[in-house]
Amino acid sequence: MQELKARALELLKNGTVQRVLGWRIGENTYDPEPAFFDSEEAMKDFVYNNFCAANLSKYMIEACKLEGKTLVCLKPCDSYSFNQLLSEHRIDREKAYIIGVGCKGKLSIEKVSQAGVKGILSVTDTDPLQVTTLYGDTTVAYKDAMLSRCHVCKGKDHVVYDELIGESEDTVDADRFAEVAAIEAMSPEEKFAFFQAELSKCIRCNACRNVCPACSCRKCVFDSNKFDSTQKANVDSFEEKMFHIIRAFHVAGRCTDCGECSRVCPQGIPLHLFNRKFIKDINNLYGEYQAGADVEAKGPLTSFTTEDAEPSVVSQGGIR
Amino acid sequence: MKRIALENLPKLYAVIGQKQSLILPIKTAGKTNFGLWTETADVDLQTLKTVKSAKDAFFPQSETLYTCYQEGKAIKIQPEDLENEDFVVFGIKACDVRGIKVLDQVFLSDPVDSFYAARRKHGTIVALACGQPESSCFCHVFGIDCKEPEGDVVTWLTADYLYWKSVTEKGEALTALVAELLQDCDGKAVDAQKASIASIMEKLPYANLSLDGWNGDALTEKFNSPIWEQLYKPCLACGTCTFVCPTCQCYDIRDYDTGKNGIQRYRCWDSCMYSDFTMMAHGNNRTSQLQRFRQRFMHKLVYFPANNNGMYSCVGCGRCVDKCPSHLNIVKVIKAFGKEEA
Repeated sequence: MQELKARALELLKNGTVQRVLGWRIGENTYDPEPAFFDSEEAMKDFVYNNFCAANLSKYMIEACKLEGKTLVCLKPCDSYSFNQLLSEHRIDREKAYIIGVGCKGKLSIEKVSQAGVKGILSVTDTDPLQVTTLYGDTTVAYKDAMLSRCHVCKGKDHVVYDELIGESEDTVDADRFAEVAAIEAMSPEEKFAFFQAELSKCIRCNACRNVCPACSCRKCVFDSNKFDSTQKANVDSFEEKMFHIIRAFHVAGRCTDCGECSRVCPQGIPLHLFNRKFIKDINNLYGEYQAGADVEAKGPLTSFTTEDAEPSVVSQGGIR
Repeated sequence: MKRIALENLPKLYAVIGQKQSLILPIKTAGKTNFGLWTETADVDLQTLKTVKSAKDAFFPQSETLYTCYQEGKAIKIQPEDLENEDFVVFGIKACDVRGIKVLDQVFLSDPVDSFYAARRKHGTIVALACGQPESSCFCHVFGIDCKEPEGDVVTWLTADYLYWKSVTEKGEALTALVAELLQDCDGKAVDAQKASIASIMEKLPYANLSLDGWNGDALTEKFNSPIWEQLYKPCLACGTCTFVCPTCQCYDIRDYDTGKNGIQRYRCWDSCMYSDFTMMAHGNNRTSQLQRFRQRFMHKLVYFPANNNGMYSCVGCGRCVDKCPSHLNIVKVIKAFGKEEA
């Protein structure tokens, strides 16, 4: 962290960058917030720890409109989102100075709570996590406090960067498509019951959409006041059957599987499963494809090749 | 003081639930929210904070107000029926009960909101004391006592019993309904729990959170502060904080095209974080996220007390502290101003 902070400060002071996009220390270890730093004074609050889960790439859309370069800290998985935004011309590579930061798997205080820990007062970001609480001290294994996305990590390599600081670690201990396969194996009634239970919790806060780097439309169709379903009304029939599915369709082929949607959902809806289902099907129908891996690559759903699956194959569930 | 053994709670729910609608914390797909009791519902009194507050029971997130449709050359207007049956909201915490009092200030003052008033008239509140307050709690800052909440009936949950104290006439009526299931007892266990809660409250991280400087007179000074510029930036402009909040009361009114020469006029919670909040024919008077972000906290800590005899429209439930995707929240705002002014 100190090396990263020192380097960021150096680049800020020598004028290479006008500002730093990183994380500001919160009240505690576990609540750092995304932040812009434009002075040495401000940089005193800069932090990078294992709770810095937020993907900062989407903040670059606004940062690219500002004067001069912005130093942005990207974890390996965030760099895919950055590339995807580049290929969609939503951000400007010349306006970014990317420090690829190491990642050992990101932690979530929600996961610590889910492990049954109440009244958390302080927590370390070490393995195991040392937790002090109102009701006694305890420890939680690092893996148990890790975001679910990190269990199926895309890897330690940054796909775009100017320089790298910090080591990354392998965190994969699950099959990326196992959850999707388990749902595919359900009967239609079971699938419906599963999604109905999950999606009926939706409160239409739109956090999933607003955090999503693939949701970069300047104005979302759901925010239109001419649309027949308002973006803030939770109406069971719509949330359970439409909103999240429409959104998943819209980001299909562009979703890098960064997992931010599931991280931010206040109701713990596993929204990434929709996107991952599309990724699995795309891999199956058009060959392996990772959005954001290559900025020049043509997306499987936005390009045509004679090798493409026939519509009849698609309608039959993608069995070639 | 009365009590009921925990193993008999399903009977209690059944006796109430068969007579009236019973709304209580129910776990669905891993998360606990207030919902309508059914025999198969997974009732969860152990989770301290439901994701959403109990606000929906009186002020639902979406509700139809009336339906219009064309019949020949005439336009018929069919108002939605007001709540006319008694119901019970069970397991509300002290902060959420105060949240309802905050809503009362808005919806029961002239012009009275008839939909809300009807629900308040028919709803009985069974409050539950907080046996294990959480680190994000700060209700005491607003003078709320989570050891002994307000309500028609107040209850305390221990390892073996639910203790039951009726406080109001409505509470007496409900107590009479379930009298067969309740046994008389002394208040020793409740006193012990209250003492235990009091000792935890002293150790809360926000035990000494100060609201100095936040009042109805601080308008210009707070509004024009440069601190907002620093604070709002991580805000995603999502509505999480407003929709999990027990006191956020803004709503929008929209029309749904029913497709048969008619519309359904409904209202739904609005969020000051949203770009179309208070959008009017002339446009929007808050055009930046900074302005929208500032609105939320100014409303809770300055405008609301200015118009309601000093009553804040925050109850310290800490849901926004727990749920903000960017880890922003009202405590950080209060502290940021405190630091600057000190």
